[in-house]
Amino acid sequence: MRAGTARGDPRSMSIIEVNGLRKAYGGRPAVDGIGFAVDEGEIFGILGPNGAGKTTTVECVEGLRAPDAGVVRVAGLDPRADRGELTAILGVQLQESELQEKLTVREALELYSAFYPRPADWRELAERLGITGKLTTRFGRLSGGQKQRLFIALALIGRPRVVVLDELTTGLDPRARRDTWKLIEEVRDSGVTVLLVTHFMEEAQQLCDRIAVFKQGRVAALDSPAGLIRRSAGGTVLAFTPSRPLDDGDLTGLPEATTFERRDGRLTIHGTDATVNAVISLLARHRVTAHQLRITDSTLDDAFLELTAEQEN
Amino acid sequence: MPASTAVLKAELRLFLREPFTLFWIIAFPTILLTILGLIPSFRDPDPGLGGDRVIDLYVPVTVLLAMIMAGIQALPPVLSGYRERGILRRMSTTPVRPGSLLAAQIVLHFAAALGSALLVIAVGRLAFDVALPGDLPGYLLALLLGALSALALGAVVSAVTPTTKATTVVGSIVFFPMMFVAGVWAPVQSMPGLLRHIVEYFPFGAASQALNQAAGGNWPDWTYLGVTAAWAAVLVAAAVRWFRWE
Repeated sequence: MRAGTARGDPRSMSIIEVNGLRKAYGGRPAVDGIGFAVDEGEIFGILGPNGAGKTTTVECVEGLRAPDAGVVRVAGLDPRADRGELTAILGVQLQESELQEKLTVREALELYSAFYPRPADWRELAERLGITGKLTTRFGRLSGGQKQRLFIALALIGRPRVVVLDELTTGLDPRARRDTWKLIEEVRDSGVTVLLVTHFMEEAQQLCDRIAVFKQGRVAALDSPAGLIRRSAGGTVLAFTPSRPLDDGDLTGLPEATTFERRDGRLTIHGTDATVNAVISLLARHRVTAHQLRITDSTLDDAFLELTAEQEN
Repeated sequence: MPASTAVLKAELRLFLREPFTLFWIIAFPTILLTILGLIPSFRDPDPGLGGDRVIDLYVPVTVLLAMIMAGIQALPPVLSGYRERGILRRMSTTPVRPGSLLAAQIVLHFAAALGSALLVIAVGRLAFDVALPGDLPGYLLALLLGALSALALGAVVSAVTPTTKATTVVGSIVFFPMMFVAGVWAPVQSMPGLLRHIVEYFPFGAASQALNQAAGGNWPDWTYLGVTAAWAAVLVAAAVRWFRWE
């Protein structure tokens, strides 16, 4: 991979800037005032439920869609007006696109190499993505995972400064998924900025330097994965089956506890370390034994569900 | 290698991997001509046709059939498929315009139709003693306008249909009347007066008349060339106006 260059706008560290982005389809807003900035050389994740406006937003970044309102800049370029310059520095993996059915992997790699002034070595890319054994296979005969890996190779073939990956590892098995994550980290380490749209919390947590959580066309939260988890109220989850029932009054009085719920005699409490200590004292005071006690830190999954659920009310 | 050459090269390889398309465009018109030529009465001079033989009339007809096969039958599903499957969209995120993909396909279909026309003329000459076109420039001009109309009509079919399935259906609906006006069932020159006059207003009816005149050694009537050219212009404009990239 190419080392990072600093050809971007010297006044700013942000290589992607999105401000007040709006886009409606048939009067229904898909993107409703999205704003974020991506620093050069980071992996920036966009996370959100279906229909949150993730794909529409990255399509505006790619220049495939014209925003109704707002400003989008990639390396200082307007994705619509400066299309020619943008396509030379942008690598794209689209969520739903295919290649010609009878085009072989090798032909696809050679063809897309010819589109760029200084392409990467496609053999090396094929090697890194594990599709060397499929070079003579036609696109239509590839498995979902192999197609996906070919698309990642095509996104990187022009030595882009920015790569946009929409649903990066959908269709990959766990092994290939982990290999792909490693590859994306290497790409980032070589100075390329990565904008990643994903469904997988684990992927976002593992890979992203920062994450924007989208909900109903807006940014519900923007932070590092650790920051998002910290922010979510139920940071620590405590679950146990008490030897005899506890009073609601005792439970609602617990410090820093956000929620508790009972199911089949099992009690689950969301809170912090302070909550955990208070629960232990409470149990001791009432001489209650906690069977199958489990204390876990909440994951990005929990933070995500909380952030996106809040917005529904 | 320049990007557009790379696109053309890749699309040529893909084109050569479509045996059915190649059969219908390149082989079928000549096969049809051969079958007709094997009917003895078609090889006898017909006083009703001014002393021409039926087989003489069918050479320009099967030349047009090659154009129609390429433009209306083969091309539209390819264009729609590239749109529907996001191939054009993927390409529009690269420095190469997706139009170069469509241009490559149009050029290849045209080249195949032209090759088929040459084959028809050669087989007509060698097997059935049909004279080579008497007015070659006029013949080529009529051929070019006919091909342009067929390819543009195909592009319009792809432009106005939302899916590849719809494209195939509409393509077939357009295909049969166009074969009729080109004279595949009965050469335009043998049609009764009123029908002939109507058919002459269609691109392939007019092109058929123009080709037949040029085959006989005369410069084609400007009316016929004009009708075909006007259709080509309108169809090209419509295709450009209506084609959606996604």
